[in-house]
Amino acid sequence: MSALLLRELRLAATGGNAALPLIFFLLVATLFPFAVGPDAPLLARTGGGALWMAALLAALLPVDRLVEPDRAAGVLDQLAVRGVPEEMVVVAKLGGHWLSFGPPLMLAALPAAALMKLPGNVLLRLELGLLAGTPGLAALSLIVAALTAGLRSTGALAGLLMLPLAVPLLIFGAAMTEPSGGAGAAKLLAAVSLLLVAIAPFAAGAAMRAARD
Amino acid sequence: MSDGALLRFTAVACVRGGRLLFEGLDLTLAPGEALLVTGANGAGKSSLIRVAAGLLRASAGNVERLSAVALADEALALDPKQTVASALGFWALLDGGDAARGMAAMDLTRLAEVPVRMLSTGQRKRAALARVVASGAPLWLLDEPANGLDSEGLERLAAAMAAHRTGGGAVLAASHQALPLGAHRVLAL
Repeated sequence: MSALLLRELRLAATGGNAALPLIFFLLVATLFPFAVGPDAPLLARTGGGALWMAALLAALLPVDRLVEPDRAAGVLDQLAVRGVPEEMVVVAKLGGHWLSFGPPLMLAALPAAALMKLPGNVLLRLELGLLAGTPGLAALSLIVAALTAGLRSTGALAGLLMLPLAVPLLIFGAAMTEPSGGAGAAKLLAAVSLLLVAIAPFAAGAAMRAARD
Repeated sequence: MSDGALLRFTAVACVRGGRLLFEGLDLTLAPGEALLVTGANGAGKSSLIRVAAGLLRASAGNVERLSAVALADEALALDPKQTVASALGFWALLDGGDAARGMAAMDLTRLAEVPVRMLSTGQRKRAALARVVASGAPLWLLDEPANGLDSEGLERLAAAMAAHRTGGGAVLAASHQALPLGAHRVLAL
């Protein structure tokens, strides 16, 4: 298990694509003020929701490199021959993927919040929301990656599968950044995220097994 | 069940894409034995190997694997950016095996620090076979193990298989060409 996790961390660190979702996230955060204008109160009111949209879209980018390279290279077959449960492979992948996605996204949210002129207390709630929500986003990415592994041109299909399922994360994450938003939204966000993390090993594991036949 | 067999097929059938590849297949592989599966392209050699490895479900019949299995097929399953030594080391760690032994057996030691993506076709095949040697698994499943190997590589493969069988291992190989297996049975699909 530790060998698997170490491998996932190494792949995430040396893959070269780990920075792409972050750059994408920052780019969306930069474009949004251009679209709605430099009105500070308006930006502060809508910025939290916009950043959650950006985080959601950034979570889509790595979907095609989470499972498919390992399937194509035969790594999943070799693990299966060794009797390593698919669920354990998914847990290792989830750990590696979240570490390369969640904390960097929380860091990138700092300059992004500055671009949106978010007040300090909103930024704090955004960061707490990302801390609670990114494991769920990472789990969702992984489930969709396992479902679409082996298919051709998965980009659009992955979006169609993933975005509707991410609606609860988006609703409660954005609600947390509203001035009136508070403990209720935070609890529901954490609950949805926990549910996705708990489902992911079984859903993605079953998808990997099904893809082998 | 206690005759020491490492692999046993009982009336196994395999259907792929709606086409029956084989049915009613019985085979037993005991320690020291080798079985060569031959047949034309598409006859189901690779499917038989995957059924034996547990990667494909048999459409009918029963497959028993009674030992650890090492598989070498088309897919290399080594991380391209890693060196040969560390990529093989990852699998040796999972297997509790010895990557250095595998590399020595297939004459890869001098390539130990070369990234996997720089390997030639024959060297990639050697690396896949080195993982099998390093695993220490009693049952070897080899799909076209001679593809891409030069004559020196074939000799090393022959020596590795002979040593493995002397040590109580068994080999199930699928190939469309003759393999240097020593005494072996042939299953023509």
